[in-house]
Amino acid sequence: MEKSIIEKIPVQTNTKIVKDPICGMEISPDQAFATRTVADQTYYFCSQQCVQKFDREQISSATTGVSATVGLRWVELPLADLKDRQGAARLVEQLEALPGVQNVTVNPKAKLVKIAYDPVNTSLETIVGKAAQVGFSFSLAKTQLGIKGIHCASCVTTIEQALQKTPGVLSANVNLATELAQISYVPGLVDNNQLSQAIASAGYQVREATMAPSEMALGREEQDQAQEYRSLMRKFWFAALISIPVIIFSYPGFSPGLQDWLPKGSNQLRLVWGLLGLITIPVLAWSGSQFFIGMWAALKHRQANMHTLISIGISAAWLYSTVAVLFPAIFPSLELAEVFYDVTAVVTALVVLGLALELKAKGRTSEAIKKLIGLQPKTARVVRAGVEQDLPVEEVLVGDTVVVKPGEKIPVDGQLLEGSSAVDESMITGESIPVEKQVGDEIIGATMNQTGTFRFRATKVGKDTALAQIIRLVQDAQGSKAPIQRVVDQVSHYFVPTVMILAVISGVTWFVFGPTPTFIYALIVFVTTLIIACPCALGLATPTSLTVGIGKGAEQGILIRSGDALQTTQGLQTLVLDKTGTITKGKPELTNVITENGYDEDEVLRLAAAVERNSEHPLASAIVEGAKSKELKLANVRNFKAMPGYGVEAEVEGHQILLGNIRLMSDRNIGLDRLEAEAHHLAEDGKTPMYVALDGQIAGIIAVADTVKDDSVAAIAALKRLGLEVVMLTGDNRRTAEAIGRQVGVDRVLAEVLPQDKAHEVQKLQLEGKKVGMVGDGINDAPALVQADVGFAIGTGTDVAIEAADVTLIKGSLRGIVVAIAISKATMSNVWQNLFGAFVYNTLGLPIAMGLLYPFTGLLLSPLIAATAMAFSSLTVVTNANRLRGWQPKKEVL
Amino acid sequence: MTTANIIVIVIGLALIVGIAWFFWGPRKGGVRAAATSRGYQEAMVMVKGGYTPDVIIVQHGKPVRLNFRREESAACSEMVVFGDFGKSAKLPQGETVAVEFVPDQPGEYEFSCQMGMFRGKLIVE
Repeated sequence: MEKSIIEKIPVQTNTKIVKDPICGMEISPDQAFATRTVADQTYYFCSQQCVQKFDREQISSATTGVSATVGLRWVELPLADLKDRQGAARLVEQLEALPGVQNVTVNPKAKLVKIAYDPVNTSLETIVGKAAQVGFSFSLAKTQLGIKGIHCASCVTTIEQALQKTPGVLSANVNLATELAQISYVPGLVDNNQLSQAIASAGYQVREATMAPSEMALGREEQDQAQEYRSLMRKFWFAALISIPVIIFSYPGFSPGLQDWLPKGSNQLRLVWGLLGLITIPVLAWSGSQFFIGMWAALKHRQANMHTLISIGISAAWLYSTVAVLFPAIFPSLELAEVFYDVTAVVTALVVLGLALELKAKGRTSEAIKKLIGLQPKTARVVRAGVEQDLPVEEVLVGDTVVVKPGEKIPVDGQLLEGSSAVDESMITGESIPVEKQVGDEIIGATMNQTGTFRFRATKVGKDTALAQIIRLVQDAQGSKAPIQRVVDQVSHYFVPTVMILAVISGVTWFVFGPTPTFIYALIVFVTTLIIACPCALGLATPTSLTVGIGKGAEQGILIRSGDALQTTQGLQTLVLDKTGTITKGKPELTNVITENGYDEDEVLRLAAAVERNSEHPLASAIVEGAKSKELKLANVRNFKAMPGYGVEAEVEGHQILLGNIRLMSDRNIGLDRLEAEAHHLAEDGKTPMYVALDGQIAGIIAVADTVKDDSVAAIAALKRLGLEVVMLTGDNRRTAEAIGRQVGVDRVLAEVLPQDKAHEVQKLQLEGKKVGMVGDGINDAPALVQADVGFAIGTGTDVAIEAADVTLIKGSLRGIVVAIAISKATMSNVWQNLFGAFVYNTLGLPIAMGLLYPFTGLLLSPLIAATAMAFSSLTVVTNANRLRGWQPKKEVL
Repeated sequence: MTTANIIVIVIGLALIVGIAWFFWGPRKGGVRAAATSRGYQEAMVMVKGGYTPDVIIVQHGKPVRLNFRREESAACSEMVVFGDFGKSAKLPQGETVAVEFVPDQPGEYEFSCQMGMFRGKLIVE
């Protein structure tokens, strides 16, 4: 002990480097900020803070009269991995060899190490480090705290030291830029509150509970979308407002009052047109700004999209008009020196409106992750040092013993130690039937405990739990989803370069063969070709139809989250169906009654149902319902007794009835004879068999199972008629899966798929080049629903699945998918009609602009022709989209 | 035909070819690996008569995880080799095998099966 102190304390030695006793920094003595001499030893300090801290400690030890070095500290550290007693002995030996460590005891059963150490001579960090060297790791908690008001590098040191001084804290790192403190600590010794207090004592404040980063991102995305919508609408109103005077004054010949005041070719008209040119500048530069940004982004990828077309059109129109106003003399005739400012203003206004509508049709962002995070219980009842205490779930460690009572959510993943219960795991696995849990069984966090109290050992906490993994899978799938190319952009990709090439051809032709001044004529046809090619209704074509289509879906009980989903649904090639709750009802039903020893089927069922009427067991209601549907009269029951993990026992009409599993039967020494084989068969078919014994003799088996929904077979047949490959995906064993698969007639069965692999299976199909739809209802389906090109959630399923999916089938029937595909097809053909309507008038204008009619009629593009094309295309698009409102699904679909 | 006309025609033709090539010309294909919550750039590659996708785009300096999934029994695709990164992995049929590495330098790197029959390319930006 004495020796180790001398070793540790940084006295001035022969070497030139000394250690600051507070922060441990190595400095040279002549650079020290300050020195102190205590008990004939000189200490060197790197900074003011360190020396002040040293002084404070000296004072405290002076006032208490006890040197701080005398006090021993005790800690209990939970071990994450301890295999055997030899390991424990080795750990004790190694830790006791550390200077400053006084006493080490290991409790291999509780997986706890109790260490008495001298905090001056060693630190928890050293102890943990040593243990790691020997091959042991402690379960440590890590947390992240936001701190307000860090503005200098020295604040960082102050906070770090305040934290490190707190008993139980192993390490603390404060990041100046993010204002976050990363703390690893021994739970039980210190908790979040004490950490906050430590930070407060250093003079800083902890920011309120920080949201999970994904949650923040989601909120932001939603806000961004709302903000963008508002901004687009402001841009639209501005452009629309400017459009009114621009339209009126562009064609003074149509307004009786203006006709006389602004005659053709007059200076007043030039002045008014000049003003129009000025007021359209903000329309171009502000309302139309996103077109230029979008064009540039596309050009970088060598692509032409809607933005390219619009920006070329509106800027060509503005430039042409401005030249016409400023230099009318260079135009060969007065008719050509006219303005197209109305094209700039009106096209901008309508396309911006289209963008706003499109944003609305995009729908709200998925809240799947928010819902998933919400599933995580906040606290856990943990046994520490023999005492049950409620702890925040973040502080639960691997190896902790957790107590769960009936009706409570299980906080983390683990293994059952003591007790038994039925656990509703439907939220994670999608299996509707609660699972019986015995000692040694695996427990999944976030599932609901139903009947019994039990204790379990935590095996996976924090980011390792099944729920956390699902969250990660959903996040990853969301991140990897490629945005869908808009139909307008697909068309524009061909249309824009074609128009540009046509403009060049006509320009060159006019230059070579045209009348003089050839250059001016060539430029005029070149620019006017670009102007007329820009369809006003382009932006409206898609969103108007999609909005109507989404409304049509809602009428049919199909909630379509986004226009993208509606667009993709019609192109699906493969449909993956989750089995439980999607193809099947997701609720157990009575399927078989097999009797033995001469008992009547109905009699066995009647007696069993009478007993089960008193039971809370999830399968009980299936038997009771089964009996009721056969109109059996249920007798009264006496001496009902439930035996968790075994079954139930009661007296009915003088008979003593036992109903339960094989353990119950062997417990009461009841021979099963051939029924054991029968039960085995039933189990292999995915059914749950229960034995019934009457007066100590086996009477029969009652089996319940999750059965296929009434209309699943018809719906799957309809999907196959549509040319889709239908795949069934399930975690069940192959035999059960194939039995159900044959029954409903799917093309392919993917069985024994682990929950975390569902998304992978979907991805695999996508890699085969297919457009994949996924239908599911459970939380475990969420990653696959996100991964799929279109995810369909069954409306009766979990919130998480609904949030993760693009489409929700409210009625819960698979027929909804057939209808959704029909709506998608109708909508998309409407979109194509709209696009035709948007383009056709402008395309008809193209030959005029190129001057094909000039040799015969002397006609070139005039603003009036452009305006007519604008009016007709908008009218066509709006009328046609409205036509979709009358659409009804065909009878055979319903 | 005047010189001016000829010049304009030539310029026009050049413009037309330029526009057509710029927008419709051949472009680099490839799938961009998605950044995942674990900090990797991940992509799934199916091995079945070749690699699908066979061109994967990643960013340099960030860890890459390629999840290979072999869906065929032909022995020649049993291994995938990243010579430039000194990595190779055996791909049991029907299992997803992750190959991880950090590409430090931008460039194009080939990967192939052990016999070089199947080839793929990793573009590091």
